[in-house]
Amino acid sequence: MTTEQRIPTRLGDGSLLTLTRSEMRADVEAGVEAAVKRSHVPPLKADEMDHLLEICASRARFSSVDIGSEVVLSIDGTGGQLVAGRQGDLLTFEQYLGADIVELYHMDYSYKAVKTVLPFERQTLKNAQQALTVPVQYGAMPDLGRYSRPDGPIANWSELLPLGRVAEARAAQEEAAEMAAHDITFVAEGVWDAGADAVDLDTSGAAGDADLLAALVAAREIRDRCPGIGIEIGMASEMVLGMHGELEWHGVRLAGLWPHQQVKLAAEAGATVFGPAVNVNSTKSLPWNLARTLTLVKPCCEESTIPIHMNVGMGVGGVPMAVRAPVDAVSRAARACVDILRVDGL
Amino acid sequence: MSATHANAAGMGGMRAAGDLVARMQMTRGMRLPAAKRYVAEKLRVSPSDLSDPVVMHDVRGALGLGRICYGGAALYPDQPSAMEAKFRIAGLLDVPVNCVDRFRANAGL
Repeated sequence: MTTEQRIPTRLGDGSLLTLTRSEMRADVEAGVEAAVKRSHVPPLKADEMDHLLEICASRARFSSVDIGSEVVLSIDGTGGQLVAGRQGDLLTFEQYLGADIVELYHMDYSYKAVKTVLPFERQTLKNAQQALTVPVQYGAMPDLGRYSRPDGPIANWSELLPLGRVAEARAAQEEAAEMAAHDITFVAEGVWDAGADAVDLDTSGAAGDADLLAALVAAREIRDRCPGIGIEIGMASEMVLGMHGELEWHGVRLAGLWPHQQVKLAAEAGATVFGPAVNVNSTKSLPWNLARTLTLVKPCCEESTIPIHMNVGMGVGGVPMAVRAPVDAVSRAARACVDILRVDGL
Repeated sequence: MSATHANAAGMGGMRAAGDLVARMQMTRGMRLPAAKRYVAEKLRVSPSDLSDPVVMHDVRGALGLGRICYGGAALYPDQPSAMEAKFRIAGLLDVPVNCVDRFRANAGL
């Protein structure tokens, strides 16, 4: 039996567990290996793994970056909209939380839904811009599933695929992507005309390659129509699912792309900020999840020409999949991304 | 969650100069070191000063870039804030700010 001291850490579901330092090191190595095996990216270097171990093996409740190494926080979906109201939320985050960017959003968080209430969103955004100093962006999801029946007008590809009706499923996704790109562009142009600093196409690719295609097409169109606008493309998961399988953007097949490949397309489409996302395995430890996350995203940070704002919300980027994510785990995830990935923001 | 990230890794927004660095990222697509260098040069401070709330409180006050108000001890009714401050930020950083341009046009300035 080991005499090593046990150190508190977290599982991916947020629950507390204790591991020895040796067990944590083994989890870090296993997390790196899992990422390398899956995506064929290089492993973290030995000193990077050592540093991650130091971050995870501390018994401190809170962990933070060095003074002077702070990064920009874009805070997608700013505020909960229940206590202070929407403008009040933005002001609270600006004045009390020190947010670098705030994001106005509709509770539905879908461009399709927002399109129907756009005048109200535009007026709210204009009012917010009169009251705030920090940049205000508008965010929602491409949310491709909303275009399929019963929520939308198009045949449901998730029903067609199990029936083997592949051609129809593909055609449905192509049609939905066209509609989604149109709606995203329509909303973006509307909020730009009301004074928005940027738009956020959040959780792009959530419904697979057609979802990401809609975001890329929209970003290109928005860049052409609103040349000065900031565009953030945030992802939904580490790899683009091939729900269609054959869709391409400028000759690059979208299905199966990893963060370092996604970011190049995002930049080409006109995005000024890219948000990679890596899903958390809720049955693995924080050291395992962080090691896997950092390994998958390291090439993206090294190769990108635009700022990288890592997604570190609930269940992504090493942050446990828990509604009340523990401070100890969240702060370690933030520090690890800054120290080891050299991200431009979170 | 947001409070944790802000304390663990954030530049501090208006408490320091995070909002200014953010503008260079969003508008110009500058990566963090370049954005910090750019803003630091414009403000005539060092890049590490940009996340120091004590230094930036004075710099923001001197340049009229907007400051956080709280309580009875830190209120600045005679200084630029919000839209007024954004006019100055656009000029100082030499970067277009969409709502400033629209305010100027709508007000006939």
